[in-house]
Amino acid sequence: MDLLYSELRWLPQAPEDFSESLKAVAKSTAYLGGELQALASHGLNLNQLTRLARTMDKLRVAGNGLGPLIPFRLAVLSNSAIDMIVPALKASALRHGIALEVVQPSYDQVAQEALTPDSKVNSSMPDAVLLALDYRAIPLKLSPGDREVASATVQGAIGYLQALRNGINAHSNAVCIFQNFAPPVEPLFGSLDRALPGTRRHLLDAINRELAAMVLDSGNVLLDVAGLAEIVGLAEWHNTRLWNMAKFSFSNQIIPLYAEHVARTVAALRGKSRKVLILDLDNTAWGGVIGDDGLDGIKVAQGDARGEAHLAVQRLALDLRQRGVVLAVASKNADDVAREPFEKHPEMLLKLDHIAVFQANWNDKATNIQAIAAELNLGLDAMVLVDDNPAERGLVRKLLPQVAVPELPEEPAWYTRYLAAAGYFEAVAFSSEDLQRAGFYQANARRASLQKQVGGVDAYLASLDMTITFQPFDATGRARIVQLINKSNQYNLTTRRYTDPEVAAAEADPHVFTLQVRLADTFGDNGMISVVICRPADPGVWEIDTWLMSCRVLGRNVQNMVLREILEHARNARIHMLKGVYHPTEKNKLVVDHYARLGFQKVLEEEPGLTRWELAVAGPAPDSAPMKVVSQGFASGPGGPAS
Amino acid sequence: MDQALIYSRLKEIFEDVFDDDSIEVTPQLTAKYVDGWDSVNHIRLILTVEKAFKIEFSTSEIGSLENVGDLVALIQARA
Repeated sequence: MDLLYSELRWLPQAPEDFSESLKAVAKSTAYLGGELQALASHGLNLNQLTRLARTMDKLRVAGNGLGPLIPFRLAVLSNSAIDMIVPALKASALRHGIALEVVQPSYDQVAQEALTPDSKVNSSMPDAVLLALDYRAIPLKLSPGDREVASATVQGAIGYLQALRNGINAHSNAVCIFQNFAPPVEPLFGSLDRALPGTRRHLLDAINRELAAMVLDSGNVLLDVAGLAEIVGLAEWHNTRLWNMAKFSFSNQIIPLYAEHVARTVAALRGKSRKVLILDLDNTAWGGVIGDDGLDGIKVAQGDARGEAHLAVQRLALDLRQRGVVLAVASKNADDVAREPFEKHPEMLLKLDHIAVFQANWNDKATNIQAIAAELNLGLDAMVLVDDNPAERGLVRKLLPQVAVPELPEEPAWYTRYLAAAGYFEAVAFSSEDLQRAGFYQANARRASLQKQVGGVDAYLASLDMTITFQPFDATGRARIVQLINKSNQYNLTTRRYTDPEVAAAEADPHVFTLQVRLADTFGDNGMISVVICRPADPGVWEIDTWLMSCRVLGRNVQNMVLREILEHARNARIHMLKGVYHPTEKNKLVVDHYARLGFQKVLEEEPGLTRWELAVAGPAPDSAPMKVVSQGFASGPGGPAS
Repeated sequence: MDQALIYSRLKEIFEDVFDDDSIEVTPQLTAKYVDGWDSVNHIRLILTVEKAFKIEFSTSEIGSLENVGDLVALIQARA
């Protein structure tokens, strides 16, 4: 098997003293989440993953804090034996900053667990349920050449999977992560299997296609095991000996890779995917050194082997940008020299327009990455650095461990494969906002420069010609609502994370008041930028369960307009009091004074730093901001507060 | 392959698999003397041995193992 995948070669190799480091962590008593995550961030083998998971379990039992890791409870339903996989899942989740708890029912109890309301899985209130099923779990009646029977077989399998989904969604309110099916190696006819309805290959192709549609349409999540098996090869994937001996669904050599993919899916559900690709230039974006080789000397052309390798890096970067990943440059070069190829080299695919932040100077890479993060107003844990230089990679990993830095091989032809294998930009859903996100961040940079030109902030805000749109939650906005709820860290009062079914429940509950907020301005549509959930507390009181905002629109008094809208609806619903709470986290200091600034009275201060607030609905509303208000889709009547 | 060499590599493998560096790897050693040597970890042990010595045992060979001495004999016959 290709070592890139069996040994997770995009990760640095495990340190020589892995064993000793693990023992040292086990003995210490402080908050250990960061140290466990650092150890997990290597290409660990199955035994190392198992030991790491065991250390975490021991610490958890001993009552040690695992902060700042995010807790996540995953139930796993499988028709195969997963005992050896569970520790690998926990250790791989650590790599993504997640303290995973695995709920594991008895072997092969898939339907019972999914369909019984008080089963072990359903009653454990998992955050997600992984349906780790393989082709042996579904009845595959072979009917070569019989299209009708084949179609019935496919519908039967999909019906069974739907029933599992319905059971879990209804009884535990958890999101389902469905694996699709890696077909077995052995053909019946040969090449004809792919074309002939009713063969195993043809049936599984059809089931995989229908499953993908079913999963996405219902707000659940797909884990493309069939795709993963394609990448490494079905003959490497399936191991009949291990199935016969121990009921392993796939070969033991796959386990680290599989666990990593489950972990990145869970991380994506929690909004922990990366957002920014930072490119080094010399020998990464192009072959050669622009400062030495000059515009004519760098390799970036079709027809030249090295040039094609680096063009492929540029093409991947552009493809990622198109799906919403922000691009930046960090290069040790004079600024004008570094920009020259972007401006003048005819073969360059990347143009300056594509780069949101361009840092070319003689500072070290860590300093430049911090500058990029500050400019974009994003955390370091949203950043990926691609750099051919092992010394730079090592420096950034050491100084900024939150930044992901893939290992790269000597041969640049493999750069794109390594970067893609690392899966930093895994997403569980895709919304129209994603398509435009890279543009948003660039427009923000332009807004910032406009702010400098017009001087006064008020004049600047007025010049933006903003329109704010309020709507209750609806099915159209849900994917983006879930995404914001799970990824917003800074402007987030309570940092409560909700899955798609939970958001759908709030949407359907007439007693819960929900808001999705969009903002457009002269530079374009910012898309959905704020989400609010108010739940009924005492009679006549709404408790603000969730209030978050995208940091893209900081400094525009959007929160004032949101509160004015909430107050309007509160009055209509005969609510006399709003209650708010600030739950402090490592990342939301930004909003410690959010309620104070909006005129709420502090009623309680709890340790550590948690504050409770109240606002009388009849009192004065906060100042309005210069924007046009559109309020639509609310049951309580047309129109909203005038601007 | 020399028996002493096999035992010294098995010692490392046992530490890795059972997360315990105090295990004395002797011919008489069996699962009941090692904390955590259950059926799952037994498979993991066998797979780790196979990888370390670049060999593959047959299912019936794995089923017939009584103690570490048997395992070493099997490795010696193959590696």
